[in-house]
Amino acid sequence: MIASETFPRMNELVLWPNWFGKDWYGFNKVAFLSFLAMLIPVLIFLAAGSKYRKSLVPRGVQNIAESAVEMIEKQVIMPTMGAEGLNFLPLLLSMFLFIFVGNVFEIIPTAQFPANARMANPVVLAALAWLVFVGVGLRHHGPKYFWDAINPPGVPLLLKPLVMFIELISIFILRPFSLTIRLFANMLAGHILLVTFVFLTVSVFEVALSWVLPFTFAGLVLFTGFELLVALLQAYVFTLLTAVYISSSIHTH
Amino acid sequence: MSSLVHLAQALTPAEATQAKETSAASGAGLAYGLAAIGPGIGIGIIFASAIQAMARQPESAGQVQTTMFLGVAFTEALALIGFVVFILLK
Repeated sequence: MIASETFPRMNELVLWPNWFGKDWYGFNKVAFLSFLAMLIPVLIFLAAGSKYRKSLVPRGVQNIAESAVEMIEKQVIMPTMGAEGLNFLPLLLSMFLFIFVGNVFEIIPTAQFPANARMANPVVLAALAWLVFVGVGLRHHGPKYFWDAINPPGVPLLLKPLVMFIELISIFILRPFSLTIRLFANMLAGHILLVTFVFLTVSVFEVALSWVLPFTFAGLVLFTGFELLVALLQAYVFTLLTAVYISSSIHTH
Repeated sequence: MSSLVHLAQALTPAEATQAKETSAASGAGLAYGLAAIGPGIGIGIIFASAIQAMARQPESAGQVQTTMFLGVAFTEALALIGFVVFILLK
């Protein structure tokens, strides 16, 4: 980047050239990072499961796997669903790890782009969450689930149509929509923030404004740390909300 | 607004496009700024209450934290929708 250039436009920030293929089946850096985000947790768990299978005291990579499982169990499933939600541990754990590894590419040099900053990944994950919570509701309550879900008890008869309409929209449309937007917009905003600070630092460096440089560079370093926090928090929030939605379709009001 | 003024004065297409882009950009900035006000206040209230709850009853910190993140996630969604509008307008 050169100082005389203007700030890159949005398309330059998020559209990556295809490595091969074109149109909808084009394979670019974002797709590659998504595959990596899928592969890395799988490899970690394979290593943790095979190498130290018999050791009761966890060592090395087994520590990572065990603390991830424990975190999902203690922080996500127990406060929202209780012991009956432990069946969903594999789903929520793989969701969490896929999102977290995909997000954390944002601050890894040479990758420098969160895999979830394009709409495709969050949309598919939110659709999966939608299918799971509707499926769980149907399994526990049968077709009556849809009626129970949009019909909270204790509503006056006159208000019922309005409340049912609002609940219908908020449960079956706004839930997956807000899950998608939350993850996508957070990661894209973080990426733009980092690009802004990089651009600022490079421009200031090139025009030799030496007294501003420490501030922009310190901002860049601080926000890189902040983005690590955001990556973890967004993966956690997505998983937590999925757990809450599943729990709300087990106990419909 | 400004695009309407320029259109009334019969500009060349290039100038009209530029005027449109200018008003879109200023509208985008305004959209995000307005969308960030409410959630900003809301998240502040959520964290303040959570800190108070944890200080009064440290043993319930785990439960409070989980609920706090849920509240933050719901509140933050509004600001993020504003951010998406910003991108769409820009």
